Amino acid sequence: MSSTKHSGFSRRGFMRGVGLGGAVGTGLLEGAAEAQQTATKLAGPGAVPITLQVNGKPYQLTVEPRVTLLDVLRDHLDLTGAKKVCDRGACGSCTVMVAGKAVYSCNVLAIEAQGKDIETIESLSAEGKRDPLIAAFVDNDAQQCGFCTPGFVMATKAFLAEHPHPTEEQVKEGLGGNICRCGTYVGMRKAVLQAARQGGSHA
Amino acid sequence: MPDTPDYSWPAPEKRRVIGKRQSRLDGAEKASGRAKYSYDLNRPGMLYAVILTCPHAHARLTTLDTSAAEKSKGVASIELMAKPGEEIQYAGYEMVAVAAETEDQARDAIRKIKVEYEVLPHFVNEADLKSAGTNAKPSGEQTAGDPDQAFKDADAVSEGTYGVPIINHSCLEAHGQVIEWKGEALHYWPSTQGVSVLGGDLAKMLSIPATSVHTHMDYVGGGFGSKFSPDRWGPACANLSKKAGGRPVKLFLDRATELIIAGNRPSYFAKIKLGAKKDGTLTVWQSDSWGTGGFGGVTMPPLPYVYRNVPNRRLTHTSVSTNSAQQKAWRAPNNPQASYLTCCAMEDMAAKLNMDPVEFFTKNANYTNTPEVYSGQLAKAAELAEWKRNWHPRGQSGNGTVKRGLGLGVCTWFGLGHASNCRTIIHPDGSVAVELGSQDLGTGTRTVIAMVAAETLGLPVRAITLNIGDNKYPESGPSGGSTTVGGVSASTRKSTMNALLKLYEVAATALGTTPDQLEAADGKIQVKGTPARSLTWAAACRKLGTKTITEMGVNNQRGPGGLIGGGVGGVQMADVSVDTETGIVRMNRMVAVQDCGLVINPKTAESQVFGACIMSICAALTEEKIYDSQTGRVLNPDMEFYKLAGIGDIGDVVVYLNTEPEFDKRGVIGLGEPPTVGGLAAIGNAVANAIGVRVPMIPMTSNRVLAALEGRSA
Repeated sequence: MSSTKHSGFSRRGFMRGVGLGGAVGTGLLEGAAEAQQTATKLAGPGAVPITLQVNGKPYQLTVEPRVTLLDVLRDHLDLTGAKKVCDRGACGSCTVMVAGKAVYSCNVLAIEAQGKDIETIESLSAEGKRDPLIAAFVDNDAQQCGFCTPGFVMATKAFLAEHPHPTEEQVKEGLGGNICRCGTYVGMRKAVLQAARQGGSHA
Repeated sequence: MPDTPDYSWPAPEKRRVIGKRQSRLDGAEKASGRAKYSYDLNRPGMLYAVILTCPHAHARLTTLDTSAAEKSKGVASIELMAKPGEEIQYAGYEMVAVAAETEDQARDAIRKIKVEYEVLPHFVNEADLKSAGTNAKPSGEQTAGDPDQAFKDADAVSEGTYGVPIINHSCLEAHGQVIEWKGEALHYWPSTQGVSVLGGDLAKMLSIPATSVHTHMDYVGGGFGSKFSPDRWGPACANLSKKAGGRPVKLFLDRATELIIAGNRPSYFAKIKLGAKKDGTLTVWQSDSWGTGGFGGVTMPPLPYVYRNVPNRRLTHTSVSTNSAQQKAWRAPNNPQASYLTCCAMEDMAAKLNMDPVEFFTKNANYTNTPEVYSGQLAKAAELAEWKRNWHPRGQSGNGTVKRGLGLGVCTWFGLGHASNCRTIIHPDGSVAVELGSQDLGTGTRTVIAMVAAETLGLPVRAITLNIGDNKYPESGPSGGSTTVGGVSASTRKSTMNALLKLYEVAATALGTTPDQLEAADGKIQVKGTPARSLTWAAACRKLGTKTITEMGVNNQRGPGGLIGGGVGGVQMADVSVDTETGIVRMNRMVAVQDCGLVINPKTAESQVFGACIMSICAALTEEKIYDSQTGRVLNPDMEFYKLAGIGDIGDVVVYLNTEPEFDKRGVIGLGEPPTVGGLAAIGNAVANAIGVRVPMIPMTSNRVLAALEGRSA
């Protein structure tokens, strides 16, 4: 993964995209660019076979092209750490990493995510290990109801890959694409800084 | 009963677990995404349900034809939630629920339903009371003393109009449930604040015995007062499952529906007139309030808030019914609004008198029920907010375009503890189970229960197997009114103590003493103060032979009963910067000083207060449910335009918990709600302090701030 970690992903650009376009996140922009390249390839409307590479394992599925990556993760693969909240790229609760970049999985079609490494929150606690990112969230009580937390942890992973030694100001900007209703931001700021000191995610 | 055990909390210096900063026990489960919320459940053969809602704010249903939807691909069952001829009172009302093999197929089917309405006149915007017509119902007048004479005698009179709109709970886990029938038994996985009671409520709606319903919920993604009922989608989901031969059905509201119907906090507005003496003594309060809680209107808010005992008062209230979804309890119901109305009016009076508001609120603290608490908190909060250094008289914030201001607000809450039954089981192998039908809303309830059990039994926190979230465990109350920590800590303390006393009986024989000479400490049962004469916990439990100890503990009412208390005070202060060219308000800092009795877990308790402060920042700066007068619909049922603060929008938050001995001795008191209350007024007053004029309504949007600066109404 380390080769894809330092991608051209910019959280700020991500935010701009969301802010300007409302429901437009990086997932869609990326998808649109790809659609141009393969304009002649049409899929659907019926179910089509797809292969997704999730947390290092290939999964073969048959889904309608309209189905989002989020729905496939949750409903087909039982990977429910990514949450369905706004379902339109505004809250970040569904954040996963695709090809090393944080994306709102509600804004990515499953068929678009083929051929790319998909990492979900579940990859951080595989085989009983406890990633330092998760430990940092627990240590700093950076959660209450916890529904937004997996999304924040994944956003933090992507953010720290880009900014391994962030200032608190950068944390405030960099995690601006996710929303917590319980108001756990004070703990989160500390958690992200602690995780940075410990070298980010080990997954 | 002479033999009643001493359940009282250990003295502060003797506590080994209580009062320590314990990380929440379910933290790693949740942060790693392994925690299964009801919305996350995937049952074998599960169907997905979607609801069709009414687009009109007021209408009569004339035609409902689901024949095309029934034939739609993947559809398994359809449940009508409204009947032709029925009068619909708000947009978003549930009409039909459809269950299909996939969520997309259910949505396809919903689009094929033919619905026709006779559209009726509606009313949705109550801010201008004059436009409410017959929707406005005067609901009484209260007077005390002689307000007319008091106004004549007053040295200063201040008048203003203030308002708080309808806002949403906006729980991130939408309202909903998974339901599955197995024969006559109904399995219910809701997203709720009341695991013990919800199944009975659903059973009543379905006319089946309460014993038929098994309720289970491990985690809930936010409630804030809105998840106490099965609501209309509970029975609809049950019927969809039944019609589909008992197959499990997942029905969770989509975000738009969630934001339109799943929780309205009532709006409140008031014209307030105050009179005071030159020295700052408030002498008279007059308020004419109105507001809406949806179709049923709303009762008078608790005015004047906290400063209840102003000697001369006249209050009127008008309840306005609107074509909007019904109100639901919202974290400290009606208190944030009442605090805003009261504290803004008081700050305006302080400005009129050229008085520092801290001085003004302190001078009048005798009108509160606990003057010494509020006076002390005002002083402490002022210290933490560096008030003396940073506060300037209203409007004297320099010549720059960005103006800084400070403001304050106050809160109160009753607390105490709900009814709770707890069962403790000690097994001969030394393992301990603590069971109660409670729920952890993210407040840290799991952790608190385990800490109380560990404290009592002299064991590490992780030695306790805690079972909550299921109605097969002893009944424990719904989590509302900040009563959970009081209820569960009292029942757990009693239950674990009762079980321990049984273990003492067995251990006493082995140690050659009497049970009353024993104590549990550091994983041992020992003769008091003599660790040398002891049995390890495991060795003591082995003495049980083949028997287990099963003991209950009950907190049977909301009364204090020695272990728990209520009636807290708190003060919030806000420090803001306002850009007078753009109207944008930025938080610099919020300070909360909160009285909360004995604190079991300072770590999660502080998180509660941080979260409450941040929620009040959202309400003061960004949150408003906007209704379109023309169509009666909610214009912002999404998370782009129903805006919540992000991690960079909140400034610094400083929390101080009053844990001094005089507070600690009151026992455990919940604090989920009170710190949500004062921030609205604190921010509103800080903005007025910064820009020199009052912005009457929250949220303090650019539009409203600029309008106030230009002297027009927003």
